[in-house]
Amino acid sequence: MASAAPTSTAPLAGNEAAPEAVVVRFAGDSGDGMQLTGGQFTLSTALAGNDLATFPDFPAEIRAPQGTLFGVSAFQINFGSSDITTAGDAPDILIAMNPAALKTNVVDLKAGGLIIADTGEFSERNLAKAKYDVNPLEDGSLGRWQVLAFDISALTLESVKPFGLGNKEALRCKNMWTLGLALWLFDRDRQPIVDWLKAKFAKAPDIAEANIAALNAGHAYGETAELSVPVKQLHMAPAPAPEGLYRTVTGAEAISLGLVAGAQLASLPMFFGGYPITPASAILHHLSRLKEYGVTTFQAEDEIAAIASAIGASYAGSLGVTSSSGPGIALKGEAMGLAIMTELPLVIVNSQRGGPSTGLPTKTEQSDLYQAVYGRNGDAPMPVIAARSPADAFDCAIEACRIAIQYMTPVMLLTDGYIANAAEPWRVPDMSGYAPFPAQFLDHVPEGGLRPYARDEKLARPWIRPGTPDLMHRIGGIEKEVGTGHINYAPANHQAMTELRRDKILGIAKGLRQDVAMGNESGRLAVVGWGSTFGPIHQAVRRARRKGHDVAHIHIRHIWPLPENLGDLLKAYDRILVPEMNTGQLKTLLRDQYLVDARPLNKISGQPFRIAEIEAAIEGMLA
Amino acid sequence: MNDIATLTRPHAETTLKDWETDQEVRWCPGCGDYAILKAVQRTLPMIGADPANTVFVSGIGCSSRFPYYVESYGFHTIHGRAPAVATGVKLANPQLDVWIVTGDGDGLSIGGNHTMHILRRNLDCQILLFNNEIYGLTKGQYSPTSREGTRSPSTPFGSVDHPAKPAAFALGSGARFVARAYDVSKQLPEVLVAAHAHKGAAFVEIFQNCIVYNKDVFADFTEKKNADEGQLWVENGKPLLFSRGSKGIALDQATLTLKVVDVADGDWQAAGVIVHDVTNRAIAHMLVEMPFGPFPMALGVIYDDPLPSFEQAVVAQNAQLAKGKTPDLQKLVGTGQTWTVTKDGPVL
Repeated sequence: MASAAPTSTAPLAGNEAAPEAVVVRFAGDSGDGMQLTGGQFTLSTALAGNDLATFPDFPAEIRAPQGTLFGVSAFQINFGSSDITTAGDAPDILIAMNPAALKTNVVDLKAGGLIIADTGEFSERNLAKAKYDVNPLEDGSLGRWQVLAFDISALTLESVKPFGLGNKEALRCKNMWTLGLALWLFDRDRQPIVDWLKAKFAKAPDIAEANIAALNAGHAYGETAELSVPVKQLHMAPAPAPEGLYRTVTGAEAISLGLVAGAQLASLPMFFGGYPITPASAILHHLSRLKEYGVTTFQAEDEIAAIASAIGASYAGSLGVTSSSGPGIALKGEAMGLAIMTELPLVIVNSQRGGPSTGLPTKTEQSDLYQAVYGRNGDAPMPVIAARSPADAFDCAIEACRIAIQYMTPVMLLTDGYIANAAEPWRVPDMSGYAPFPAQFLDHVPEGGLRPYARDEKLARPWIRPGTPDLMHRIGGIEKEVGTGHINYAPANHQAMTELRRDKILGIAKGLRQDVAMGNESGRLAVVGWGSTFGPIHQAVRRARRKGHDVAHIHIRHIWPLPENLGDLLKAYDRILVPEMNTGQLKTLLRDQYLVDARPLNKISGQPFRIAEIEAAIEGMLA
Repeated sequence: MNDIATLTRPHAETTLKDWETDQEVRWCPGCGDYAILKAVQRTLPMIGADPANTVFVSGIGCSSRFPYYVESYGFHTIHGRAPAVATGVKLANPQLDVWIVTGDGDGLSIGGNHTMHILRRNLDCQILLFNNEIYGLTKGQYSPTSREGTRSPSTPFGSVDHPAKPAAFALGSGARFVARAYDVSKQLPEVLVAAHAHKGAAFVEIFQNCIVYNKDVFADFTEKKNADEGQLWVENGKPLLFSRGSKGIALDQATLTLKVVDVADGDWQAAGVIVHDVTNRAIAHMLVEMPFGPFPMALGVIYDDPLPSFEQAVVAQNAQLAKGKTPDLQKLVGTGQTWTVTKDGPVL
């Protein structure tokens, strides 16, 4: 344990008062197991009762060349004793497993923050790969930060010696050694990680024991070593949380569970047609293991077949679902039009990523709003819902299923790479609290004869499954005659059907009320957001309000149709700021719909907003 | 085919008339599609099909109007995607009897990928590919099956690319049933009956005469005067004879290719004529590749060797993995890295 007098402003370096929140970033080579380390640290944090949010940031390459700058994989966690809604602006602590990890991440570290680096990896070769001419640990260039550098590689090898592993295998335990040190730093219990290691390596007990030894060694090192900078162990108070069963959940998991729940609430089997694409594939992976819930998954030959098969399944009486990311959604466009024309229920999940084209497959962006709302040929209205966080994605998925079935329409559910991959604690919902919405199928010829395009009070047409006697009929993508659904090219009919399709979707807004996430229902400034920017906007508005600013946070879940009171609500503020990870798509939608002077704040770097960035924009708008 | 469904629900016997809809048929007068429609409407009563349980799925093109004219369930989808939509229909309800109607442009150009994969997966359905070697609905452009040199609005100086061979494409994609017929051939219903009887994807190429844009392009073998020399109707267990039994198809042992041999006095065995075996994949490949001209056009059921179908395998795996498990949504949402927050803080 360090004994030198506190000399630094770093939150962990001798600062007596425990901070409200701490941001730690684990960074290493993509083969170093950083995501795994982060995941286990997350569980440990949750068990310590802290609220948390995480942000995994990994390269597009599966196995990038070792030690290179583009092969760096990072995992950031923000945790604290109060409400946490973002993965944190700047890390307080950076754990850098090699020179490349240091180089790509140190710029984000708070001034005075702590660097923990493995000197064993700072060889000339690795320094060259990271484009360092001189070893940064030795040339004084890291003067703005606290540096704790020691040979983690050698210490790991030493700790696992008794298990007789090869050098390569032994070094794989480095991440557990580092995790052990991190657990010591935050006064955490090692047992859950030990249990997890035993379960994970049940078939290779040697590996399990070696990893446990490395974990314990890292922990012991913190406890006993004379660390070269004053580092103080920190115990963070738990965040107040309602009692109940909790779990960590990623957005991809929450969407999968929400879709299953939605299908169950509708008493329908689910058919999921998917095609592998980053970052949406995880949904296909999750659902393919849930056969007992009436889920059939189909890995199609391409994105078009994925949605077309889902449409076929919906036609045959299942809840059809498909999922992709921007480029794949573009390919599905024509089929979405078919689902709109044939008025069949369908849920389309778009886990947005940086675009256009292949863009930034592993980075987050929310630039597919135009595509979701407008991106089809013809007047092709479609409801759009956006999730704001991993946990929120569960309810959004259920809502998407409900609208699809009750209005006989495809529904687009937007998430993004950040929501899909990030994990957060989730209080397991009580499923009995969700009202069922059982699907209705027409099963007999109604009075007056069969009319496949008859309308109910929601303007939805009846759902008629093939296999039902006496209800044989034909549907397709050609314009339908009002009521009968026969082919009809007549001008007046097309006008009537186009208006019907529009009015049906606009009708969803009835009863959708936009609330204010924080602040008053009128005032000087409304900060309006959607999707995964919820966290940083919420925190920025909170900070601004603490300073006495008259500012409110409005978060829109229903992107299309917009809630019926949104226009009046927006007009109750003097100014409107719309932060988005695109060039201003919701901003344009709001201007178009309500003729309000919505001002954009845009970030298109593939990284989430920082709270400070939004806070500065708020200050600017109020100045 | 659908063996299960027809057994599960009794339904009245049907006649050709029962399969006609009230929609006005809108193909050009004299189009080969009329004959195919009639052949299908004649076949459906023969196989005991139930209109409520029958689904016709099509893409885009002249042929894809087909579902509107059959009194069953019908889905006119988008260009090339009928196999994908049909896959979803069949997986969602394996008891439905699914027919896909497509054309040479729909099934081999824009939808070639889906045709390949539905055959590879072996989804239980009938695929009727109407091949007229031209784009009809878009007014006459050359298609992927058009012969080299085809003059069309988009190739006014003649096409220069090599045509695809639908039946060869199907076999190459792993099809377990491949048959050929032409629009007005009287054998078409029996070919369709065989396709329906095959459990798995049954691919039927139907040569169809587009009288407006590609008139009589198959006349070299479909015209009555050319039938004897131009048509080789294959039949399982029977020798590959044509020209009223005076010629046959034999294997050239030296080059491992087919050859036309003369048959004297009906002694086809002496001439070495091959006896057709619908499970012989190698011969099937050769039959669909035979260049027309030096050889006749092979018609009828060329290959029929069933394997387990895709939807059966999916249903079986789903059932096996669900066996003994009770769906419990509450349990499902509470599975994973869990902990409980109590009055005294979180515990595992």
